[in-house]
Amino acid sequence: MNAPIPVSLLVNGEPIDAVILPRLNLADFLRDNLKLTGTHVGCEHGVCGACTVRIDGEIVRSCLMLAVQAQGASVETIEGLSDSGEIADLQAAFRERNALQCGYCTPGMLMTAQDLLKHTSVPDRRAIREHLSGNYCRCTGYQAIVDAVEATAKTRAERAA
Amino acid sequence: MKAAAFAYARATSVVNALELLAAHGDKAKVLSGGQSLMPAMNLRLLSPDILVDIGGLAELRGIAVRGDLLAIGALTRHVDLLHSPEVALHAPLLRDAVAQVAHPAIRNRGTIGGSLAHADPASELPACVVALDATIVVRGPLGERRIAATAFFNGIYDTALAPDELLVAVEVPVAGHGSAFFFHEYARRHGDYALVGLAARAVVAGDRFAELRLGFFAVGDRPLLAAAANRLINVSVTPALLAEATTALADELDPQEDQQASPAMRRHLAAVLLRRCVAALLARPELGVTS
Repeated sequence: MNAPIPVSLLVNGEPIDAVILPRLNLADFLRDNLKLTGTHVGCEHGVCGACTVRIDGEIVRSCLMLAVQAQGASVETIEGLSDSGEIADLQAAFRERNALQCGYCTPGMLMTAQDLLKHTSVPDRRAIREHLSGNYCRCTGYQAIVDAVEATAKTRAERAA
Repeated sequence: MKAAAFAYARATSVVNALELLAAHGDKAKVLSGGQSLMPAMNLRLLSPDILVDIGGLAELRGIAVRGDLLAIGALTRHVDLLHSPEVALHAPLLRDAVAQVAHPAIRNRGTIGGSLAHADPASELPACVVALDATIVVRGPLGERRIAATAFFNGIYDTALAPDELLVAVEVPVAGHGSAFFFHEYARRHGDYALVGLAARAVVAGDRFAELRLGFFAVGDRPLLAAAANRLINVSVTPALLAEATTALADELDPQEDQQASPAMRRHLAAVLLRRCVAALLARPELGVTS
């Protein structure tokens, strides 16, 4: 009982094999075992959004998923999105508009904002707020974050036109 | 916090899952999307000895129309309900409800079977299946049985499911001619659990309700199919009659006190929802306004 279990998955495109306890959640696996500490752990019960990662292209809470449940899945963390350049413009917009202060929520915000921008080309501010409603920021008051996401959406739409 | 230690078994089929449940009884919990179970375990409100993970069982996925029923597999996720053309056509109430369930990252994992089996009285889908007169399909060691949604919920986190049974599907009668739906909830913030909510299905004939099923949630220990609705069927609804129904509804509610709202506030909001629901379904805005 409670014995370690083998798990194989992709993390940011790299194959990972590990033997882990069932109780280890995906956020802690990424942070403690793989040293990918960009994924942050806030509330540990799915409310704050700081631990948001992508599984097979969809955003999920990594604190509400066991690492063993990621068997066979492709996990992407903020390190993956950042290193590939996928969100370079979004990160620049966050910097320019002071859309972060302490930075704790930022990886989850970027993950969730990029998810919105992938699905909706030019979301309005209400749609941005709704999509980000599960990601808490205790510093900015959100206005600057919404500004940064809106600006990125417009720039991307202009570039595509 | 972190979940306490537990053993983990990845079910390879429904039959295998049932064997695991039979072996471990009430010391086991079924893991589906985990969006309610994992928070409860992380908060140490629950400490099962073993989790039976059914997440990989393709046989429990999918949405299909069979005759006049919409069959929804237990592992169908909230995001699937949100985007399904079949759900939009035949049970749009479910689509409207899941748009209010938590946030995108939660809806990408949470499942309809998990939500129903969890039976949180403040959650949306239990009230929807009651309002839709759905049937819950469960499988156990003796085979399959069908339970009316109205008989499925026994109390807070308590259902008619036995520890050795698995919820495998939900069957919803498809929306017929004249069907109309209403869904609304009051919450402090978008995505939070409702203070009070209402999921309703009606059949409107002319200016009257031929049928009206009102599923209230967060007004008691389980979703409530309000008997007060019967006062509004096959009659011309006047403000006086609606006021009578609202008074009758108050007697059916047993709202909880918590940090979010007092019982009196929940009663008030339920009455407001009833009026707005009737006004919207009959397209008579004047009925939604309190005189």
